[in-house]
Amino acid sequence: MASILTISPSPHVRSGMTTQKIMGLVILALVPSIAAATIIFGLRALLLVLFCAIVSALTEFVCQKLMKKEVTISDGSAVLTGVLLALNLPATLPLWEAAIGCIFAVAIVKQLFGGLGCNFANPAITGRIFLLLSCASDMTTWVKPFAYQDLSYGGVFTTTDNLTDAVSGATPLVSRDASLLDLFLGNVGGSMGETSALALLIGGIFLLIVGIITWHTPVAYLGTLAVLELFYVLGTGGEMTDVVYALLSGGVILGAFFMATDYVTTPTTGLGKLIFGIGCGILTFVICEFASMPEGCSFSILLMNLLTPYIDKLTRTKPFGARLEEKEAKHNG
Amino acid sequence: MRKLNGVHVAHHKNTQDTASIPLPLPKLVRIPMSMHIGAPCMPIVKPKDTVQVGQKIGDTDAAMAVPIHSGVSGTVKAITTYRMSNGRTCPMVEIETDGNQTVSSAVTPPKITDKASFIQSIRESGLVGMGGASFPAHIKLSPKQSIDTLAINAAECEPYITSDCRQMIEAPEEVIDGICQVLHWLHIPKAVVGVEANKPEAIRLLTEKAASHPEITIQTLPTVYPQGAEKVLIYHTLGRTVMEGQLPADQGVIVMNVSSVAFISRYLKTGMPMVQRMLTVDGDAIGKPCNVVVPVGTPVEDVLTFVQCDMERVKKLLYGGPMMGISIPDPKDPVLKANNAILALEKFESPKASACIHCSRCVHACPLRLMPPEIAKAFRQKDAAALDKLKVGLCMNCGCCTYACPAKRPVAENNQLAKAYYMSQKKR
Repeated sequence: MASILTISPSPHVRSGMTTQKIMGLVILALVPSIAAATIIFGLRALLLVLFCAIVSALTEFVCQKLMKKEVTISDGSAVLTGVLLALNLPATLPLWEAAIGCIFAVAIVKQLFGGLGCNFANPAITGRIFLLLSCASDMTTWVKPFAYQDLSYGGVFTTTDNLTDAVSGATPLVSRDASLLDLFLGNVGGSMGETSALALLIGGIFLLIVGIITWHTPVAYLGTLAVLELFYVLGTGGEMTDVVYALLSGGVILGAFFMATDYVTTPTTGLGKLIFGIGCGILTFVICEFASMPEGCSFSILLMNLLTPYIDKLTRTKPFGARLEEKEAKHNG
Repeated sequence: MRKLNGVHVAHHKNTQDTASIPLPLPKLVRIPMSMHIGAPCMPIVKPKDTVQVGQKIGDTDAAMAVPIHSGVSGTVKAITTYRMSNGRTCPMVEIETDGNQTVSSAVTPPKITDKASFIQSIRESGLVGMGGASFPAHIKLSPKQSIDTLAINAAECEPYITSDCRQMIEAPEEVIDGICQVLHWLHIPKAVVGVEANKPEAIRLLTEKAASHPEITIQTLPTVYPQGAEKVLIYHTLGRTVMEGQLPADQGVIVMNVSSVAFISRYLKTGMPMVQRMLTVDGDAIGKPCNVVVPVGTPVEDVLTFVQCDMERVKKLLYGGPMMGISIPDPKDPVLKANNAILALEKFESPKASACIHCSRCVHACPLRLMPPEIAKAFRQKDAAALDKLKVGLCMNCGCCTYACPAKRPVAENNQLAKAYYMSQKKR
């Protein structure tokens, strides 16, 4: 007999799924987008992704050391935040600005609120909005696709200063000068990870298949946005392609599959996720069409993050065989 | 009808196709006086007394209790104390076997004339629910409510365990006869037997034997843990919801384990009380996994030695399956009446819990649609009113939530602590 028998409560077996595996699978699902960004914007895109991942992990490490807490960077959540944030940045953003975004996301939004599982807002989204407001010019300088090929040094260390000729001032959402096929494949200017809808969809569908995310949020989000845009187009006499435009550009797909499905900051139940998605769709539509911001995805998700505790409270499951409370019973009766 | 949730656990039904083997008689048996829910019995034998197979050795006047019998012939060595898994203690009769297995003259088929004599003889048989709950059968069989269906729990949804399955394969006629006896004496019009789909041979045999009994339906259940949970079984076989605070009888149902009804059939024919049982011995530390038939009270280590268990490698011993089984603190502890399996695990590591990421896997795994993260929050705040709203009292500790948790948190354990806290507050 082994010297010590373990005495512990049941169950004595666990599923193979771990937090680390979940984060790893999400990062894996982002690989097509990272690859697409590297093809479209050059090696600097890849550099920026790696840079953000490392800075985010380091930030988490330093924060946890300072707070004398257990270091948990091996769970992969900080790396994922870095990768997601990077994909929300233009490929030409100066590294120091990207670093500030990562530090803000991990230190302020995540660690100061208690670390993994305790943050009320999505760190990557909030980091992006922080940069959008504080480094507005660099954040909205969209480099043209394949511009790096015209540069002799391959584009790895270029910043916007070297690229004045290659820059277009607006995303296709504002200028609306790209073809739908270009939008779908990602042959347009924009944030690195947002441009290729195809790459994002591959990753998103992968996440659905392996059961990391459920259909509720993406379907509700994209569906609501599509319906509202359709009515808007019908009402204003625009072209039908505008609806597809709205769905394919402005990071909506990245948001719907990768940001609005973040476990920590979105509702628990299927119904809650539907409400969350519909809310995101409405807010995105309003911000895109009526505010001066061309891009409402990040703001809509952040605002819905704030509503998540309330949505959770309203959409609790009804336990099997539970009796309605007397008050409710009277009210319903 | 939307099926209740659960989890897909690896079955490990390694012993399903192997015939059960009787265990060689142990030198010593230890028979605790409490192997049922309710009041413990007091020993009615004393050291140096000679006992025979089937002889009653413990009884009590308490209503919620069943008598205890010896499964061996021999001499009472001592009356000692047994510490039960709930931490309480009860007397334990230790008997040295003489190897003759002389059967007591008291073992004669009971004479049954009506419902009352049937219930009384079931009490005398010492039968408790053999699926693990160890609820006295005679209490379960005499509800005040009117019963229209006997539901037989043959789901055997726990991984590894195949003792119910072997009962159905080796003696399906006992199962059917036991059901008929219960239906007859309790005047219940019909029975349904719920079997998980991973036991095709058992389903085939039972269906064949039940062909001449239109009152018995054999129903295949999906292979999703926990089909054998009482509320889940009743909902999936009959579509009835046992409400909060209700017993199955409130919905007109009595649920019995399949091995329990088979025992009733044997008992009515022979009068041999509950003194032995079949149990599965499996786990990665077992060289020869199989089902063994052992006298109740056989030390666990005797069973393990018989199935070539490498004792050096065992990290964890369990009564029952890996989802709801109970850790065995000492291999000298005995096999109990409701003990359907012994598992010896070698590759067991206590997983390290990390932060909850609110992935909601526990919520989706819960068959009763509880919300463990909300329960945890309310429990942290010691908010009994919130726990009441969250229906923590419904938690049956099936373990699906803990199983599903990617952060490896002890979710079910926390639910149980919250439930205990809630119950203590409710009583005030």
